Amino acid sequence: MLAGRNGSGKSTLLRVLATALRPDLGTARVAGLDVVHDRDEVRSRVALLDHKSQVYDVFSALENLELVARFLGDPKRDRARCMAVLEEVGLADRARGPVAEFSAGMRKRLALARVLLKAPDVALLDEPYGELDPPGFRLVDGVLDRLRRQGSTVVMATHLVDRGREHCDRALVLAAGGVEWDGAARQLPADAGIVA
Amino acid sequence: MTQALVALRKDALLQWRTRGRFVAVFVFGATALLLFSFAIGPSAGALRQHAAGFLWLALMLASTLALGDSFHGEMENRALEGLVLLPASPVALYYGKALANWAQLALLGVALVPFMVVLYDAPPGGALPLIGLILLGTAGLSFPGTLYAAMTVQVRGSQTLLPLLLFPLVVPVLLAAVSATSLVMTGDPMDQLRSWTLLLVCFDLIYASLCGLLFGRVVES
Repeated sequence: MLAGRNGSGKSTLLRVLATALRPDLGTARVAGLDVVHDRDEVRSRVALLDHKSQVYDVFSALENLELVARFLGDPKRDRARCMAVLEEVGLADRARGPVAEFSAGMRKRLALARVLLKAPDVALLDEPYGELDPPGFRLVDGVLDRLRRQGSTVVMATHLVDRGREHCDRALVLAAGGVEWDGAARQLPADAGIVA
Repeated sequence: MTQALVALRKDALLQWRTRGRFVAVFVFGATALLLFSFAIGPSAGALRQHAAGFLWLALMLASTLALGDSFHGEMENRALEGLVLLPASPVALYYGKALANWAQLALLGVALVPFMVVLYDAPPGGALPLIGLILLGTAGLSFPGTLYAAMTVQVRGSQTLLPLLLFPLVVPVLLAAVSATSLVMTGDPMDQLRSWTLLLVCFDLIYASLCGLLFGRVVES
C-alpha cells in the first residue's frame, strides 16, 4: 500500500513502475525486471489502474475491452470473457452503451475491468476506491481479494487507511518524494500524515 | 501485422463514430476552393490553369484539421497510453492511425474533385489516374502528418504548430502532386507524368518507413 498526502509522489511512483514515466534518477524494478531496460517485459506483466480511465469515449464498454483483448492476442479473452469481466464489475447491462455517457464511477469500474481482463502478475492501482459508491467499494474489495487469490502482486495507492490495512501486507507512506514510513500495513499509524 | 490490423480497425471505427468531423473538414476544404476561385477572378483560362494547385492547397489545409483531430480521442482519457502499456506495438499503432488518416484524406480529395471541376471549369481528365494521384498525394500528407500530429497534440497551440512543422516537409509532395494532377487534367504531351508519379511514390515510401520508425520515440516521450 502507498499512502501519503496529495503530491507526495504516489501516482508518479505507480506510473514509473508501470513504465508510463521514465525515472529521472535511480532505478526501479518490478518482478525483478528493470523498468527502463526491460520495459516491454515489465509492460507485459503489469496492469495500471490510472487516474484516467484509458478508454475511448466513442466506443462501448464491450468494444473497449475487446480492443484490449485483441491487442493482447489471447484467444481465451474473447467476447464471452469480456462480458464475464463486465458482469464482474457490474457493467453488463451497460456493455453496449457508449462510454461517453458513463459517470465517473462507471468509468472507474470499466478501468478495473481492463485490469482484470489482463490478469497481470503485478496490478498497480491508483486510488481504486476513488469516485465509487459503497457497492463500488465492495466491488474493489472483491477485486483485490481475487487478484491476491490468483497470485497477483497488488500495489495500491490510497487515502483509505482502513481498507489498506485490511488488504495489504506492507505500507509505505510517501512524503515529498521520499519514504516517511515503511512497515507492516496493520501497524500503519493513523497519524501518518494521511486521511484516515 | 496482426496488431497493425487491430489498430487499423480501431482507428477506422473511431473515424466512423466521429464522422461529423469529416463533414466539417470537407466543408472547410470546399470553402477554401470557393475562396481561391474568387481570388483568381472570372477568367476561365486562369481558373483552369490553377485548378490542380488549388485542389491540393485546399486538401493540404483541410488535412491539418483532420490530422490534428485524429489524436484528440487518443489523449482524452490517456487511451493511447493504455494501449502502449498493454503492450501494443507503437509501430502497429502508427500504421493503423496513418492508414486510417490516409483513407480519410483520400476520400476528402475525391469528394473535392467535383467542386474543383464545377468551380474552375476544369477538365477532370481520366478518373482512374486522378484517383491514383489523390491516393499517392494524400499518402504523402498522411504519413508525416500522423507523426507530427502525435508530436503536437499535447502542446499548447497544436493547431498552429502542426502546419508549421508539416508544410515545409510536404513541399516536394505538393509540387509533385500538383504537377502530376495538372498533367492528368490538361494532357501530357512531354510524357512527364511518369516522373512526377515516381517522385510521389518515392516520397511516400520514405515518409512511410521513416515516420513508422520514429513514432515509438514520440509516443514514449
